[in-house]
Amino acid sequence: MDRTRQKKKKKKIYIYIYIYIYIYHTKAFTFAAFCSMQALLLTAALIFFAIWHILAFDELKTDYKNPIDQCNTLNPLVLSEYLIHAFFCTMFLYAAKWLTLGLNMPLLAYHIWRYISRPVMSGPGLYDPTTIMNADILAYCQKEGCS
Amino acid sequence: MSAPSGSPHATAGARTPPRPGVAVAPAALASSGPAPARQNGPAQSQMQVPSGHGLHHQNYVAPSGPYSLEPGKLASSLPDGQCNDYYSGLYTLPAQKVATPGAASHTGAQQVYCGGPPAPPLLGTLPGPVPGATVAASHMHTSASQPYPSFVNYYSSPTIYTASSSAASQGFPATCHYGVSAVSNAVHPSVSYSSLPPGDPYTQVFTSQSALATGPGRKGSFPGQNAAPSRPSALAAPLPPQHLQQQSLAGYSALSWSVPGLPPTQDKLIRNHSGPLASASSSPANPVADSLAGPSMQNAPPPRSSPVVSTALPGALSTRVLPAGKHPGELVALGAQPQELPPQKGMQYGDYVNNQASSAPTPLSSASDDEEEEEDEEAGVDSSSTTSSASPVPNSYDVLEGGGYPDMHSSSASSPAPDPVPEPQPVPTPTAPQSAKVAKPFGHSYPALQPGYQNAAAPPTSGVQPGAVPYAAFQQYPQQYPGVNQLSSSLGGLSLQSSPQPESLRPVNLTQEKDVLPPTPIWAPVPNLNLDLKKLNCSPDSFRCTLTNIPQTQALLNKAKLPLGLLLHPFRDLTQLPVITSNIIVRCRSCRTYINPFVSFIDQRRWKCNLCYRVNDVPEEFMYNPLTRSYGEPHKRPEVQNSTVEFIASSDYMLRPPQAAVYLFVLDVSHNAVEAGYLTVLCQSLLENLDKLPGDSRTRIGFMTFDSTIHFYNLQEGLSQPQMLIVSDIDDVFLPTPDGLLVNLYESKELIKVLLNALPSGRVSVFQTQLPSLGAGLLQSREDPNQRSSTKVVQHLGPATDFYKKLALDCSGQQTAMDLFLLSSQYSDLASLACMSKYSAGCIYYYPSFHCTHNPSQAEKLQKDLKRYLTRKIGFEAVMRIRCTKGLSMHTFHGNFFVRSTDLLSLANINPDAGFAVQLSIEESLTDTSLVCFQTALLYTSSKGERRIRVHTLCLPVVSSLAEVYAGVDVQAAICLLANMAVDRSVSSSLSDARDALVNAVVDSLSAYGSAVSNFQHSGLIAPASLKLFPLYVLALLKQKAFRTGTSTRLDDRVYAMCQIKSQPLVHLMKMIHPNLYRIDRLTDEGAIHVSDRVVPQPPLQKLSAERLTREGAFLMDCGSVFYIWIGKSCDNNFIEDVLGYPNFASIPQKMTYLPDLDTLSSERTRSFVAWLRDSRPLSPVLHVVKDESPAKAEFFQHLVEDRTEAAFSYYEFLVHVQRHICK
Repeated sequence: MDRTRQKKKKKKIYIYIYIYIYIYHTKAFTFAAFCSMQALLLTAALIFFAIWHILAFDELKTDYKNPIDQCNTLNPLVLSEYLIHAFFCTMFLYAAKWLTLGLNMPLLAYHIWRYISRPVMSGPGLYDPTTIMNADILAYCQKEGCS
Repeated sequence: MSAPSGSPHATAGARTPPRPGVAVAPAALASSGPAPARQNGPAQSQMQVPSGHGLHHQNYVAPSGPYSLEPGKLASSLPDGQCNDYYSGLYTLPAQKVATPGAASHTGAQQVYCGGPPAPPLLGTLPGPVPGATVAASHMHTSASQPYPSFVNYYSSPTIYTASSSAASQGFPATCHYGVSAVSNAVHPSVSYSSLPPGDPYTQVFTSQSALATGPGRKGSFPGQNAAPSRPSALAAPLPPQHLQQQSLAGYSALSWSVPGLPPTQDKLIRNHSGPLASASSSPANPVADSLAGPSMQNAPPPRSSPVVSTALPGALSTRVLPAGKHPGELVALGAQPQELPPQKGMQYGDYVNNQASSAPTPLSSASDDEEEEEDEEAGVDSSSTTSSASPVPNSYDVLEGGGYPDMHSSSASSPAPDPVPEPQPVPTPTAPQSAKVAKPFGHSYPALQPGYQNAAAPPTSGVQPGAVPYAAFQQYPQQYPGVNQLSSSLGGLSLQSSPQPESLRPVNLTQEKDVLPPTPIWAPVPNLNLDLKKLNCSPDSFRCTLTNIPQTQALLNKAKLPLGLLLHPFRDLTQLPVITSNIIVRCRSCRTYINPFVSFIDQRRWKCNLCYRVNDVPEEFMYNPLTRSYGEPHKRPEVQNSTVEFIASSDYMLRPPQAAVYLFVLDVSHNAVEAGYLTVLCQSLLENLDKLPGDSRTRIGFMTFDSTIHFYNLQEGLSQPQMLIVSDIDDVFLPTPDGLLVNLYESKELIKVLLNALPSGRVSVFQTQLPSLGAGLLQSREDPNQRSSTKVVQHLGPATDFYKKLALDCSGQQTAMDLFLLSSQYSDLASLACMSKYSAGCIYYYPSFHCTHNPSQAEKLQKDLKRYLTRKIGFEAVMRIRCTKGLSMHTFHGNFFVRSTDLLSLANINPDAGFAVQLSIEESLTDTSLVCFQTALLYTSSKGERRIRVHTLCLPVVSSLAEVYAGVDVQAAICLLANMAVDRSVSSSLSDARDALVNAVVDSLSAYGSAVSNFQHSGLIAPASLKLFPLYVLALLKQKAFRTGTSTRLDDRVYAMCQIKSQPLVHLMKMIHPNLYRIDRLTDEGAIHVSDRVVPQPPLQKLSAERLTREGAFLMDCGSVFYIWIGKSCDNNFIEDVLGYPNFASIPQKMTYLPDLDTLSSERTRSFVAWLRDSRPLSPVLHVVKDESPAKAEFFQHLVEDRTEAAFSYYEFLVHVQRHICK
């Protein structure tokens, strides 16, 4: 728990960028290299998602968008982001890239915890439009993107 | 006191001349330019307050040098920079004084009035023997003679009124009140004109009476005046002592006053008259003027009348007068207003009302009623609704504030609390003395005036006057009297040590204090602002803050360990509400704040927003004051005079044209429901109230029923009888006849979505009797009965599915609210079902184990609830935005709504019983400001299809020391906010977390206080007096159904209690948390109050402990939604026979839910007390008579929160527990 909490504070973007760079430097023409290539592309996508989130919450905070609409656009993204991350974690597992995998485990664990503790909802996603505007949750979500 | 008078003075003088005119002319409409207004003004002023102003000028300028100075002083005294402009401008006050000087004798006074520049002609008329009537008449005459014929009408009407009033003493007082309020308005633009000022005068008068009495000459003369204006009777018997007050004589207060402090009274009266007149004139003017004036006018009148109104007479009279005389046409608008207004007055002007009430409580009620009726008749449209609605509220108010405790009332206007507010009282007294002293220079009349003046001017005046050179006496005064408080308060909203509230900071050793609960009801603390702002401030019933002294920084707040937040009751039924119809609604250009009494006018053309500090231009149109028909005094506009106003919004404020009201009833007709028999109750209530459903001619209604299929009813015109259409495919519901029927709902709510598309805006009432077991919204039973009394984990407090939440959001998007009536004998998963109402701004009613015949008390409750539910006001398509001064921000909202944005709540419906809470955080330091303001704006479509905005503004001081933060704690508000937070915590985390958090709240705040503020190192548990009830309330909360553990509590009951905590307004919530206990077998008329011809005894509050229950007694417990009457085993047989109608204890039946209508004194007292308690709340509570040693007594005893139960601490144990935590 403590580790995940610490992770939370770190900027997710930085994590993704770090993974990106790490992968970039370790590419080689093996299955591991293939994994790295895959992860490289996917991590770029994840960075995009993270930025998207930050912008979206900023819009929400400045009263630019309706929380219902915003949640409807964000919720599908959350699950796909988590799945992508889980996917290349699995890839690293198969490629026996233990170090890389180890580095990603805390984030993966956090994602799992976050998704398990999500509010009751029928569709995928994390964000509940009725509570998203709660200052605590909004601040948390906003920080989650960059912190 | 001695404020330097200096230059301000000159400015004041300069301004004054114009003011008088302005102030005088209430009617805003007058198309005539300023000049004409002026003319009118003087005339009016003569008549009324305004005239006073006019006079003032003269007087001031010429005769009384000191006077002139005063204005200056006033200006200087203005504590807050913001106010300066106002005051100086406003300070027409002098007028009052002026008037007084003039009034050496009655005639003299009148003359003086008239005597003012314009007056002379009037005077001639006035001299007539009949002071009251003549005066009014003369006023009218003058007005008539002057340019405005319309005025005449007004006046005449007022006069008539006065005459009538004379007949009915009661009426008179009302007028007085009016006048006062009007006066205040007129005089002090800064001051809200409404009730407060008047109230103050009254209070002052009271207090001052003795002092004033000294000025015999005056009295003599004044009485005459009083009599003249109000009543002959008064004249004849000016002496009626205060006793009269108790009696039914509303007027008596005035009378009594007149006797001793007649001068003041007279002034007031005069003012009142003038006020009324002015208002009246204005109102007539309104009719004349098509556009703006109307609303504004209305505003003006309502305040006066409103305050009192329903109950209170004074207000009512004035209002009546106004409407009747002048506004036949306007009435319509008024009518709308009145309804709203009634409550408002009560709220805003609670103080005022109280004062009035205190002064002439009884009279008001009795007399007022009659008068009210008259008014109603006159008013026509507005009357019925207004009065009816208004009366209950005001009554309660009067009763509460005015009735029992006259002194307190008078002193502490709105929120007299246990520790009578030091400030208010002091003020009156000091003023009186001042007046007396002052009187010397000016003669008798002066003193009289002064009181009024003080009242009106309040803080500033007091400050100024002392300063005034002429009055050496003044200096003495402050010393002698609590004047210090005044000064300090007047000098700075925040004044600190000068006279902080020693009472609220007095350390209390909780472990040694046996009776923390005061015997009288607890009032909200009054923010430590200067008197002007106090009068202007929003009523605590509509708007309260947990800390009436806002800490400067978040760090300070954290140190105090107290919750910071607001409690709102924005759509409360008001007896008085200024409604403004204006082409422009003036708002800040950057933050969109509505202009309010706490903005500052930099000059005539610019105003500075009090929330974002932007400097805005004053629109040209705003320069003209329809109320006074003057130009160039934007600070006297009603928007700037009232902290609660309502605007009629233009089409800019609507996304689409106002929609028709639509009511859809969705009824469960399953076997279970038929068995319970609620349908008959519902149908009866509906039939009775069908005509009273709010709405215009476009109102639509529809019905759906469901069991395992859905039944639609085609009610289309032309059908000989309703057609029932059954749709059995509940997974894909369609509307069989889209046109002819209204709609539906069902356990499977897919249907509703379809229906909602057909619904423009409206309300869906869902009656459900069991767990939904079919279709999309089906739910499983989640309750494990074995865990009901578990002390550990309480699960399933949250929804099981988001189906109902989504449904609610869809409804909300369609501007439709869903109200849920759950009548279930088994577990129905309210936690899930409630979501449909929570997020669509609906409301939830729950009747556990409802059965028509087996449980008649529930049936009765349903019937009463339905009546209220069907007929109460409703606002559609509402949004509420809450703004606050830069540096503060909204953190979390509590209530039933959907949060659209950081400060915007979307409410499909708003009803008068909905309360909200907001947590605040301090984001930036508030060091550069001494005041913070909060503004809620509720934009809604009325049931009549009008788009309206109701704006409440609350102003609070900022403090920098911890001690002051503690001094300003509003413990009731804090506890309600904590309860809301605890509900959130229990749902998001766990119940035990929430309970721990509650205990920690007490531990943290008391230990923070002990370490930071208290110098005493006692062994006991030390709390400031302001927080002494905190541990008790928290303990009560822990034993509340929502949070208790260890006692068997059904999950639905628990969830329902949580829903109520979230959505109830503070007053009702407090009764739920901490019921009131009274002993009723020895009711006496001592301290009784009079409400509409009834004498309501006021027994003292008892603490909630079995040690207070004696076997010889009978006790009434008021739990908000339930009353219990507990009869002791050896209760006096006389009581049982007289009140319950049974010969002895043994013969009382086990289930008894009513008090028989017996013709005995004790029965009458008991019933009137119970009825009075009932009238004070919207939902009629059910009464249970509980015999000692009957099985039902557990219900009763569970509310005795100070006692120990198997699972919970007693109060003393709780204190020890807290103390142990603190010591750790």
